[in-house]
This record gives sequence, C-alpha cells and structure tokens, in this order.
Amino acid sequence: MTAIQITNVEKSYKSLKALGGVSLAIEEGEFFGLLGPNGAGKTTLISIIAGLIRPDAGTVKIHGHDVVKDFRNARRNLGVVPQELVFDPFFTVRETLRLQSGYFGLPNNDKWIDEVMENLDLTGKADTNMRALSGGMKRRVLVAQALVHKPPVIVLDEPTAGVDVELRQTLWKFISRLNREGGHTVVLTTHYLEEAQAMCQRVAMLKTGKVVALDTMSALIRRIAGSQLQVHLKNGSLPADLRHLVLHPEEQQAPNKFSLRVNEYSEVEKILARLREAGVEIDEMQLQQADLEDIFLQIMDKGTV
Amino acid sequence: MISTGFRTLVYKETLRFWKVATQTVAAPVLTSMLYLLVFGHVLDGRVEPSPGVSYTAFLIPGLVMMSVLQNAFANSSSSLIQSKITGNLVFVLLTPLSHWEIFSAYVLASVARGLAVGFGVFAITCWFADLSFVAPLWIVIFAFLGAAMLGTMGLIAGIWAEKFDQLAAFQNFLIMPATFLSGVFYSIHSLPPFWQTVSHLNPFFYMIDGFRYGFFGVSDVSPWISLSIVAGFLVILALASIRLLKSGYRLRH
Repeated sequence: MTAIQITNVEKSYKSLKALGGVSLAIEEGEFFGLLGPNGAGKTTLISIIAGLIRPDAGTVKIHGHDVVKDFRNARRNLGVVPQELVFDPFFTVRETLRLQSGYFGLPNNDKWIDEVMENLDLTGKADTNMRALSGGMKRRVLVAQALVHKPPVIVLDEPTAGVDVELRQTLWKFISRLNREGGHTVVLTTHYLEEAQAMCQRVAMLKTGKVVALDTMSALIRRIAGSQLQVHLKNGSLPADLRHLVLHPEEQQAPNKFSLRVNEYSEVEKILARLREAGVEIDEMQLQQADLEDIFLQIMDKGTV
Repeated sequence: MISTGFRTLVYKETLRFWKVATQTVAAPVLTSMLYLLVFGHVLDGRVEPSPGVSYTAFLIPGLVMMSVLQNAFANSSSSLIQSKITGNLVFVLLTPLSHWEIFSAYVLASVARGLAVGFGVFAITCWFADLSFVAPLWIVIFAFLGAAMLGTMGLIAGIWAEKFDQLAAFQNFLIMPATFLSGVFYSIHSLPPFWQTVSHLNPFFYMIDGFRYGFFGVSDVSPWISLSIVAGFLVILALASIRLLKSGYRLRH
C-alpha cells in the first residue's frame, strides 16, 4: 500500500515557485529521505502533507485519504515533527503529551505516553514545565508529540538540526525500531547526509521545487561514476592508457599521486595488472567509495548524475 | 456526539487561563471592584437610572456583564494570537479536529472564563447593594450568549491579527468603546435622542440591557428583542468564524 501519494503538487508564493509539480509515491514501511538545499521546497512539501499549507494544484493522500478533502482520516494516519522548536509554555511535558493524545481521540493513553517518554529519555522531565527544558529536551517532546497517537506515517522535518550526539542516537534508535518492528513509514528531511545515507532506503532530491533524483540509496550511489582508486606511485609514471581514468587532474596534489575512476571492482584488478606490467610500484593505495554527499553535490551542481 | 478531541481542546483552553488565574480572573475582578467603588461612591444618591433602583444596584449588573464580555473576548483572542506567534498553534492544526470543533472549543472556553470572571465580580460587588433577581433565566441566557458572542469575536480577531498590536487595536478601538457605550454605567434614556439612536445600533447595548432586565424586570427595550438581536449577531459571527477556519485564512497558508 502507498503510505504517501503526492501527485503534481504545485505551490507558489507571489512570484516565487516553491513547488513546481512534485510527484512522489512513498510505500508503506519505507524509510524515505527528502533531501535538498535550503529553499528547495522540502518544508513546503512537508507542510502540504501535514495540511498546514494548501497546495495551489495537485493532491496528497496519506494511506489513501486526501489531506484536504478527507483531512480527518489523513491526519489520524500522520505524525509530524515540525522543524521549528515550538512549545506551549503553559504546560508540563506530561500535560503536553496527554493533550496531544486527547486531540487524536485517545484520552487514556498513559501507557504509550510513558513508553514514548522512556524511549526518548524524557521520563525524568515528565512533570517539568516546557519553559524549563533545554532545546534538546524540547526537541524530544516535539518527537514524542508526533508519536502519541501511534501514526503509521511519521514525518520528521530536520529533527536533528542543532541537537547533540546523544539525542541523535536516542532518536534514531527509537525511530528505526518503530520502522523495523512496528512497520511505520518514516519520511525524513535532514542536512546531515551521512544520517540520510545510514537511515534511508530511498531518497528524493529536491532542487528549486522539483524532484531531480528519486531512487534507492544503493542505486543512487551506483549511478555516480563509481568509486575512486587513489594511488601513490613509488617510481615511474602512470601509463598513458590509464590517464583517461584520472579524476580531477587539475586538483592533483603531487606528480605521482592520482585518483582513478573505478566503476566496478574488477577494474581495480585491471589497473593493478597494467601498473605491474609497466614496472610501476605502488607506495600507497586506497579505494574510496562514492557517498551520498558526492551524489548530492553532483546533482545540485549539474541537475543530474 | 461530543468527541474526545473537542473535549480535550476545551480542557486545554480552560486550563490555559486557569493556570494564570491571578491575571485572567482575579485582576479583572479587582478592576470592576474599583469601578464600583469610584463610580458608586460619586454617583449614588445623585443619579437614579430607574425608579426605585439605586445607582450602585444599577451599576453592578452592568459591571458583571462588561467583565463577562471583555474576558470572553480576551480569552479566545489572546490564546490564538499567542499560539500563532509562538508557533504552537501547529499542535492543534495537525490534529483531526474539525473546523466546527475548533470553533466550539475556543468559544466554550471563552464562555467559561467570561462567566468565571462575571461570577467573581458579582460575588464581590453584590454586598454593596440590595439586588433583586426578577427573571434569573434571562440573566443566565444573556450572560451565556454575550460571552459566546464575544468569544466568537475574539476568535475572529485572533485569526485576523498577525501581530499583538493589531489585536490591541481591535480591542481598544472596537470592543472597548462598544462596551463602554452600551449602557454599563448609565441608562440610555439619560442620553440625548441622537445618542439614544446611536446606542440602538450597538449590539452590546442589547446584551447589557437584557442582562439587567433579569435583575430588575425593567429594560430600555423588550428582552425578547434583545435576545433576537444578540442571537442573530452570534449566528452571523459564528458562521463567519467557521468559514474563516474552514478556508484556513491566515492559519493554513
């Protein structure tokens, strides 16, 4: 089943086109990453999914429920962690979570609320007023609020922006467990690409309001011109027939240091055999795999890989 | 059926003002008490607004109703503008609550605060004059409808305003003059004919007049006319605010 179906969504603010016909289908149980630079339209898209912004055109459905026409059922299936660190200063952590649970029609939900607080290390702060919490703790409460009604679809808009390592680990452990064991669909936006690479099975990259890449993480990494074989030659020079493989010759740090493009592992063997044949010895060698950051930069630079 | 979501929002909005009751309940009670002491002391014995009714006795229902109206307005409007500006309104906007439920919850909590303050003002001021209760049902009806109408106006103002000073303008240039010029401190019969006519265009006048009828059994216009006008305004404002909520005006961009 499709967890989130986004079809031709458009949104403009006066002359600025924030989203220009975005279409995406996120399947149930996926851990999906939504990436892009600032101003790419990620938060606008998430706000449309959450019903906080109305699209100019197009539709969004959560588990088959239109977020405008059938908003009640759509929102019951959705938990959103907003990017802004917002809180209600009148209430304690427990009151905040009980109220949020009540809005979703769950008045006696203390067992789950306790479990969520436990998993986010909030138990010790349960009766503390929201005003008295640190930024990191407030962020945890935001996550807890999004989870109080056990939504099958969880959307996290830059949940780890400006938070410490401990919270990141706690958060990802809990969210991964919900995804793995509970089958919850998770949509994540983040500026930490290594986080997206570690967590997401599939990613969409947005640039100026359009999807410029949409694929599984492994396929995206394969799509980029492979990996790099970095060699530091002890003697001799690089054979002429290997020179076309040299990456960024303009950035070469030393005359005998080369970064060679490798599309498949078998090519490493061929390069080494050719060097041996030419009587060239290797002083140092390193195989470096392309990562999401390389892909991201290439896509944002050129629009494709 | 009353939904849990609606009940929770009413509870939250009530708890919100109750947690700061010194500011939201006790302070307006004290202000009304001061009005009574100053105006009552200066004017009692010199002015008799209705035959056999002392000025202090006349003033008390007016002050009670003024407190009900002003605090009902303050509750929904300040809650909404604060939530909008601090951003925590998102917690309500993300829920499956319907437009009707959001409207009713905010208005009902406003009624609760208006009535709490009104009751407080009455409890403190009733010792200063001999009050009669000729038609208590009218007292209850006008207090409830008046609070609901101002709660609804507060909701509209809270949705419309994007800054605190816009809300303050709404309060100072519309609500405050309309309340003061509604006959809280005087009977409109003591005004020149032109201002009597102008007073009849003010819906707040009918709320105060009908409310006072419940105490003394006399009023400037029939309580049935006042009831029709107040109920009519409430329906129009309620429909307008539900329409605003449904359209997402200044809430869902």
